[in-house]
Amino acid sequence: MSAAGTDIAVTAKARQAVGGRERAIIATFVLLALAPIAAQAGPQGYIIDLITRMMIFAIAALSLDLILGYGAMVSFGHAAFIGLGAYAVGILASHGVTDFVVQLAAALAAAAVFAFVTGALSLRTKGVYFIMITLAFSQMLFFFGVSLSAYGGDDGLSLPERSRLFGLPLFSSDKGLFYATLACLIGCYLLCRAIVASRFGRVLRGARENPVRMTAIGFSPYRFQLVAYVISGMMAALAGALLANQTGFVSPAYMSWQRSGELLAMTIFGGVGTLVGPIIGAMAFLALEEWLAGLTEHWKMIFGPLLVCVVLFARGGIMGLAARIGGKRDG
Amino acid sequence: MAEALLSVDGLCKAYGALTVSDNVSFEVAPGELHALIGPNGAGKTTLIHQLSGLLRSDSGHVRLGGEDITRLPMAERVHRGLARSFQITSILPGFSALENVALAAQARSGSSFRFFANAAREDDLNAQAMESLRTVGLQGRASTPAGVLSHGEKRLLELAIALATAPKALLLDEPLAGTGKEESQSVTATLRQLKGRFAIVLIEHDMEAVFALADRVSVLVYGKIIATGTPEQIRNDPAVREAYLGEEGEAAHA
Repeated sequence: MSAAGTDIAVTAKARQAVGGRERAIIATFVLLALAPIAAQAGPQGYIIDLITRMMIFAIAALSLDLILGYGAMVSFGHAAFIGLGAYAVGILASHGVTDFVVQLAAALAAAAVFAFVTGALSLRTKGVYFIMITLAFSQMLFFFGVSLSAYGGDDGLSLPERSRLFGLPLFSSDKGLFYATLACLIGCYLLCRAIVASRFGRVLRGARENPVRMTAIGFSPYRFQLVAYVISGMMAALAGALLANQTGFVSPAYMSWQRSGELLAMTIFGGVGTLVGPIIGAMAFLALEEWLAGLTEHWKMIFGPLLVCVVLFARGGIMGLAARIGGKRDG
Repeated sequence: MAEALLSVDGLCKAYGALTVSDNVSFEVAPGELHALIGPNGAGKTTLIHQLSGLLRSDSGHVRLGGEDITRLPMAERVHRGLARSFQITSILPGFSALENVALAAQARSGSSFRFFANAAREDDLNAQAMESLRTVGLQGRASTPAGVLSHGEKRLLELAIALATAPKALLLDEPLAGTGKEESQSVTATLRQLKGRFAIVLIEHDMEAVFALADRVSVLVYGKIIATGTPEQIRNDPAVREAYLGEEGEAAHA
């Protein structure tokens, strides 16, 4: 009797959390779509630029959540893929190839190859070793970027112009880039959501909970984890390709380990394994950073402890906090 | 006797100087329930790990339906029809009971590299999973998260998962472990129902259940099989009585 009671409570709670997430993400997307109109009242260029940047990192955090939240793969080198995407755009643009389709294809191919090779090796390890080896690979790429003197080396390189889509200067206006980024974000979210619920995603989630059990029913988790790692890397490369356009600049700093750490922080801040959380987490992270930096130059003194508090006291990040508040209100 | 479905021939496993499986050989015919008993630390679970592919054997052979599977990884053995359950419940606690079983059905029906369609809405997989749940009597708990099932129900779920892999042979590692009296009765009833349909290797400490279910019994002591026979023969074997049943008997008196 009591078992059946908990049972219903557990399912109801889970359903409520999912319903809440759906509402949160729809609201987020609608607000984002309206943001440029609202921004007309203020410093429009600055706001659009900031929100575009927030959405780009939301895509990157989302891609990290796919492997971190659903595959329990803690990658400490995810910025490498952002760098690959950005450099694909930068290098091709410096040679006069400005078509975004070509640039993106190169970015995705480079990321897929890098993810496949490094993933195939990294996934032979577990836990802390996986964290360290992904960090090592991304550092290799970082120093490779530093040594690329033909493309600016340590200083990076500026984009001669933003990418074109089928010859059209679609990204040249900030609003054009904004809506293109929003479309990419929505597309990536829907793709991740489908993947997580698919046969593939179910095996991935199963292997996160109990890899031995998955092997005992006939799956080899390794292959599924590797494919997820490749998909995630490609998605982060898309974020990198957009980032290069947004900043008009590419440098090895995009691949630094600090950047990888920030991506992890954004994902955890928002709520791991929720897809919606990391999107909101990345945006909140950057907004907070921007706001605090405006208050004082010692903003990191406030920002750091704040992140620690979220991890310590709000388990499950922003989404976890929201679910608890929602649960209290409804219960 | 019918041709053996599962045959184990001279299987060995040692950790340094400690021999855990010592030249173990036995056969299981189709539909036969072969119980492995032995005192704690006799190497029963190690043997199941070796048969299922979780542990590599040092030497010897395991054959399933005539095919040598000694060097195959665990997942490949499952595809060939050798499923196992675990002594310590091994399920996906965050998944519903139905999804736990549906995943096992998914593993053998078509590619799992499908990225778009919702797996939880695949009627075919769900129907197969439901049938396995019904076999063990858990159909009423299909949508319950596996983590909140009672211990006995989790033991039954283990069986349902193994069944959903469409096995020819089942390796059951103490399906009654940790169950109360009532729970143990329902698991035993389920085992009786499975008997005859699959070749079963059963490890169990519950002697009542072993002697009620087994067609043949092998006794493992210090990694070595010291006797194999019908339950009646084993009960009356003096070496077995000394090595194993005697201890139990004394313990019961104490």
